[in-house]
Amino acid sequence: MIRYITRRLLFAVPTLLAISFVLFALLDLAPSDPTGQLPLTIGPEVRAQIRESLGLDQPFAVRYVKWLEQFFVNEPLNVVEKITGLEIGDSSGRLRVRSWATRSPVVDLIVERLPQTLWVVGLSYVVGILIALPIGVFSAYKQYSWFDQIGAFVSMVGFSVPTFFTGLLAILLFSVTLNWLPSIYDTTHEVTDLGSLWTQLKQLFMPVLVLAFYNAAQLSRFMRSAMLDNLNLDYVRTARAKGVRERAVLLVHVLRNSMIPVVTMIALGVPTIFGGAIITEQIFRVNGLGQLLIVAIQGADIPLVQTLTFIFAVLIVLFNLVADVLYGLLDPRIRYD
Amino acid sequence: MAARGAPAVDGRCVLDVEDVRTRFHTADGVVHAVNGVGFRLHEGELLGVVGESGSGKSVTMLSMLGLLPTPPAEVVSGRARFDGVDIMRLGRDALRQVRGAGVGFVFQDPMTSLNPVLTVGYQIAEPLRAHLGFSKAEAWRRAAELLDLVGIPSPASRLREYPHQFSGGMRQRAMIALALACEPKVLVADEPTTALDVTVQAQILDLVRKLRRELGMAIVWITHDLGVVAGLADRVMVMYGGLVVERADVEALYLRPRHPYTRALLGTLPSVTGSGNGQEARKRLPSISGQPPSLTTAPAACPFAPRCGHAFARCWRENPPLLKVAGGHEAACWFDVEAGAPRRQRENGPA
Repeated sequence: MIRYITRRLLFAVPTLLAISFVLFALLDLAPSDPTGQLPLTIGPEVRAQIRESLGLDQPFAVRYVKWLEQFFVNEPLNVVEKITGLEIGDSSGRLRVRSWATRSPVVDLIVERLPQTLWVVGLSYVVGILIALPIGVFSAYKQYSWFDQIGAFVSMVGFSVPTFFTGLLAILLFSVTLNWLPSIYDTTHEVTDLGSLWTQLKQLFMPVLVLAFYNAAQLSRFMRSAMLDNLNLDYVRTARAKGVRERAVLLVHVLRNSMIPVVTMIALGVPTIFGGAIITEQIFRVNGLGQLLIVAIQGADIPLVQTLTFIFAVLIVLFNLVADVLYGLLDPRIRYD
Repeated sequence: MAARGAPAVDGRCVLDVEDVRTRFHTADGVVHAVNGVGFRLHEGELLGVVGESGSGKSVTMLSMLGLLPTPPAEVVSGRARFDGVDIMRLGRDALRQVRGAGVGFVFQDPMTSLNPVLTVGYQIAEPLRAHLGFSKAEAWRRAAELLDLVGIPSPASRLREYPHQFSGGMRQRAMIALALACEPKVLVADEPTTALDVTVQAQILDLVRKLRRELGMAIVWITHDLGVVAGLADRVMVMYGGLVVERADVEALYLRPRHPYTRALLGTLPSVTGSGNGQEARKRLPSISGQPPSLTTAPAACPFAPRCGHAFARCWRENPPLLKVAGGHEAACWFDVEAGAPRRQRENGPA
């Protein structure tokens, strides 16, 4: 297993290098100019100076290699220093990936935004799973029952109605009509006591609900079909013929087998949490990573876009590996040697 | 006939099944899979149930224990007296107590009948814990004994393995261990050797003979292999089109089959004692001409009539009930194959 993981991690290196090159080249080819939004009164020589200060006068290859060095060497070193408190080499002279718009290091911006995204999007992912699995199991067990039919209808609605619609609907209901919940997520809110925890839960409720509904809609259907794939297999009949309780037949025998593809899908979906939910974050004014990315794209903040998208790529490669490892752990027939 | 275990045919009746009728509601219409099957099983007896695919052998047994998925299956009627109670009328929990503890089940395909993600030990220990209230450790210890009983070497370490680490024959042994775990009075073996290759098949048959001698349970052995039944069974029941067409002691059935279908079946067995000049070997194997019955309607006539050389007007009009043709020998046929003429018995007189 260890050998398999090591080999997969080594394979990930060329994959990620290729992705980074494509990302960098693509954004470089895109017609964007960091001085494009400056007033027209600023002369061309000043603009050239600005470009020079950003390192844009350098050839493509040099910029790419420098970015690689910054991303793979300098920034990890900074993170290590921050955590351990040690100083490794010349930390102040180290070149960092900086946002063109704010001039602050991109990593700092991400660290600033990450908690909001994890709270809202991460929690909605967990809630979505917790809703979807029991619904999927029960829908499959009572296939074509009224519960299953309603479940099918609700989940069809769930993934065909976009979150910007359900989100606005929720705001209209809970904030405008009932006036129970705030429609804007306050990023600066800090949880210190029970009262502030309550406020936090109140402001989390709607975005989490909207996203969890969307996630659960897909996952419950997937769980249902995974259960159905197993429910009529011979080993289930064997378990019943042994006189095992129906509950155990379902939750031990069938569920254990059905969870194999479902867990894989859940693991593959984790990177999307970090990607943030651009639309939902916009609606509820959550200052998360999705918001950061959309602002960066609008402002042609190339280093920020590059870094964010590349982090997503790393996470996707990583969680593909996690999914494969989990698959091997859940299914004894699969051995990675 | 080959040597058999203790043939205690005169023992007490442990399982008395009557009039099992099961239909399947499919997209193409209703399939009448079992149309009134009954049999009695005595203590220590081995009843061979023979018939081609789709003759309702397995469905009868599965109906009896409520193991068919409903829908599409619908058990229309049936009584199965086991231990003084009709198990086809039992509630969910009472029926669960019978399954595994009273009646053990061995299924056909050992490759798919064990759960691939649970260890063999867990799966054998499960009925022990469910029925006998064993603790985890006790059940595990007993499971090791059971694996030893069915002839699996180093059972303690084998318990921790998964089914895919077992060979086909080993898996069927484990399946038998599982079915015997709670020492049921009746073991239903649904084509337990069909999916195995011939040498493994012989080993499993030897094992069953040994277990019968040691444990003395009654066995229902479903198969389409007439050779296996000849060497194993005390009594044989031949099924066709969801009906019992002949029922007799094994010698009587093989030496003097009374139903044209049974005769035809026995005629299809390849002979190994050919004439020696190679003529026999070059001949095509005989087969029963015609198609198996379609079962889309409940039988109103003899289901074998279209393929039967002796069929006459009555066969197309009335479905023959099981008629007594000799002591302990019944056949569902209007024609007396030995006399070569229609049976001169009471009209509609059941055996």
